[in-house]
Amino acid sequence: MIGLISYLVFFATVASILAIAVLGLNLQWGNTGLFNGGVVAFFGAGAYGTLILGSPALEGQLGGFELAYPLALTGGMVAAALLAWAVGALTLRLRHDYLAIATFGVAVAFESLMRNAEWLAGGAKGIRGFERPLRAALGDGFLYNLAFLGFVLCLLVAVYLFLERLVGSPFGRLLRAIREDEDAARSLGKRPARVRLVAFVTGSAIMGLAGGLYASFYAFVSPQDILPVLTFQIWAMLIVGGAGNNRGAIMGTVLIWGAWTGSGWALSRFAPIEAQLYTGSIQFVMIGAVIVGMLLWRPQGLFPERLVVSQSGRSN
Amino acid sequence: MQNLVDGILTGSYISLAAIGLTLVMHILRFANFSHAELLSVGAYAALVFDKAFAAVFPIAATKLAPLSLTLALLAAIVVSMAFTGATAILIDRLVFRRVRDKGNELSMVFASFGMALVMRNLIALGFGLHSQLYSRDIAFAVILSRDPLILVKPDQVFVLGAALVLMAALHLVLTRTTFGFALRAVAENPALAQVNGVDLGRMIAATWVIAGMLAAAAGVFYGLSYQLIPIMGRDLVLPVFAATIVGGIGSVYGAVLGGFIVGIASNLALLVLPSGYSPAVPFLLILAVLILRPNGLFGEARA
Amino acid sequence: MPTWGHRPVTDTILETRGLTAGYVPDLPILRDVAIRAARGRITVVIGPNGAGKSTLIKAIAGLVPVSAGTVTLEGREITGLRPDRMAAQGIAYVPQTDNIFRTLTIRQNLELALRRAGPGASGRLAALLDRFPALAPKLGDKAGTLSGGQRQFLAVAMALAADPRLILMDEPSAGLSPRATREVLEMAQALAAQGVTILLVEQNVKAALGIADHCYILAEGRNQVDGPARALLDDPVVGEIYLGGRRAETA
Repeated sequence: MIGLISYLVFFATVASILAIAVLGLNLQWGNTGLFNGGVVAFFGAGAYGTLILGSPALEGQLGGFELAYPLALTGGMVAAALLAWAVGALTLRLRHDYLAIATFGVAVAFESLMRNAEWLAGGAKGIRGFERPLRAALGDGFLYNLAFLGFVLCLLVAVYLFLERLVGSPFGRLLRAIREDEDAARSLGKRPARVRLVAFVTGSAIMGLAGGLYASFYAFVSPQDILPVLTFQIWAMLIVGGAGNNRGAIMGTVLIWGAWTGSGWALSRFAPIEAQLYTGSIQFVMIGAVIVGMLLWRPQGLFPERLVVSQSGRSN
Repeated sequence: MQNLVDGILTGSYISLAAIGLTLVMHILRFANFSHAELLSVGAYAALVFDKAFAAVFPIAATKLAPLSLTLALLAAIVVSMAFTGATAILIDRLVFRRVRDKGNELSMVFASFGMALVMRNLIALGFGLHSQLYSRDIAFAVILSRDPLILVKPDQVFVLGAALVLMAALHLVLTRTTFGFALRAVAENPALAQVNGVDLGRMIAATWVIAGMLAAAAGVFYGLSYQLIPIMGRDLVLPVFAATIVGGIGSVYGAVLGGFIVGIASNLALLVLPSGYSPAVPFLLILAVLILRPNGLFGEARA
Repeated sequence: MPTWGHRPVTDTILETRGLTAGYVPDLPILRDVAIRAARGRITVVIGPNGAGKSTLIKAIAGLVPVSAGTVTLEGREITGLRPDRMAAQGIAYVPQTDNIFRTLTIRQNLELALRRAGPGASGRLAALLDRFPALAPKLGDKAGTLSGGQRQFLAVAMALAADPRLILMDEPSAGLSPRATREVLEMAQALAAQGVTILLVEQNVKAALGIADHCYILAEGRNQVDGPARALLDDPVVGEIYLGGRRAETA
């Protein structure tokens, strides 16, 4: 029983962390129509940034700043935001393909940098030696995990409320206006490229927050945590939940993360031993099929945006 | 020097792939993340056809010395190009056209993202995760020059030659046939092309066929140069995108030049960067182009 | 509604009835528009900016969705036919701007337009060049290098390639010098003299009325007045609206 509960706590913690990333993506895609093909780079920047800033000195690596945890977490978000600003400033004035390609490229480059630059972040073996916050007070056991879940949930709610207010604000209406009809927005004296950059950087900082939480939860991050498949998973979560809808995004995260872990467990348990090697391939096909299938048959997601703002207005 | 020669050889298949991608990106207006998977489809289809032809006509399985290539494989390349062209149209009908008809341009990128994952992993499930070769025979490299030492495999020369032949053929089609004019007309101004009697649906299908055929050839050439592996698309997607951006999206000649630039730059980068960083080189090129010349070498600004 | 429609029905080559069309559903730019174009004549549509003149011509050409009403060509309905099928019906459309392929050479532009002509296309190319001798020395140049007036000539030459019975022209004088405008409109007159029907949208009211046989005035997407071009040219009301104001000065 305690095993099941502690697993549920674990599951809920990871799902909540991913939900924060999905909310960040929702701001970019759902509200602004920006395709981020490298979610994992911004998630990773937050994760690595947090650990490098918060960890004690490590032999032959950057770090040893031992910043207080909130500062380290904020630093991770800033790292993600800076990365997003650089990519966005270069691409958001150009046709929309460029952002998709450049973000995809940044993820590839980020992973190869982290895999190889041992002086920076330990290379393939990753960063260990991060002091989990408040460990002295809470210990390493169930209590700690429960408290951490509470912390993550608070942040999830905070991000949710922040985004809901943002979307309801004049800025949110401007985002939708630009998504629906860029020329009209421009003719009203708005600067679409700048507004999109703000949305892109904000969304990426939120992904960085998720990455920082993820890394502090495991007190460890390595290139294995920033594989491209994470980008696909986060996208699937968003499309299942319904782009543009923050509550749907959270529901989608729970559904997809449940399906992912559940299918992984089922395959490892019931599939013949020779098929085990292909667990990943089967799961990847499933994630890809969910994305394509949703786009074809239910593009509004399972939990569509209540205030219907269709993207089809941009057709020409 | 060896890196330069290797770079040119790498560039030959990146260019082929980039031509198709740049056409699709220009005419259908979306960044097709599943384009590199068409290379895998072509490469694996050629593997299957090669084995089939060799089994039916054992005589075709003899090597054309000094190449490791056989007549069976040559025929398989041609059939695979047709097969991959048909596959590209089929995927368009099943997925992309339906998303397009819903009027959502941006979702096309997203759909291609998902399709890439599906295609890549279906190939892995069908053919196994291990790498495969067209021929187990060891092809000996020929020494082009001893000082500096330059080695070239005969197969690589074939790859470069065949790629150039295909590019020349496409060039002739685009500059000498009314079909080519129609394709270029659609790329420049689809509405005006329609007014001039060009059937847009047919030109979109033609675009996919060309993209698929060139991708199949590129995939086989990659397989001949290295090996076949289901995740080859994952490793090729960024270099091919980089080639289109360097050349300017929509420019066929830009894509050719961009492909060779990416190929050469990736190989020259090995001289200054540890090989672990190779995957990042195309991204650095993209960055450089975005900073210096955002619309590429031959591109035009277009919203 | 037409106040002048006494010609025999057989003389009408193109007719729209109750035409309602617009780019976005439920937001029609044209409402209930009825016009007729008589065979071998020049019919001109004028009206203030935003009157829906270009939309009318695009709706006829199949480029703007029609939500109600019909377009008939010699009695056959062609409403909403795909633009690439219009050529086969004998209709050619010359857009206002971007009406040639800049990246193709002039020869390639013409050959593209001629590709439906089948055998004898080379003879047709020669015939087109005879009609537009200014294009002949530039065949190998990219069309993007042509001047504004030459572009209009090339665009009209491309429209003529399919041997149309009806040419729709959207403001052929837009952006042209007075001399080039005169040349283009004289060419339209010459075509009409050879039996080609022309439906013209123009901002340059005085010049257009000078060559047209019949004129429709649109405003706010609806028919306002129509009549013989000469009569409208002399009409004091039309004169006041279109010829006395700023527009006439720019004409």
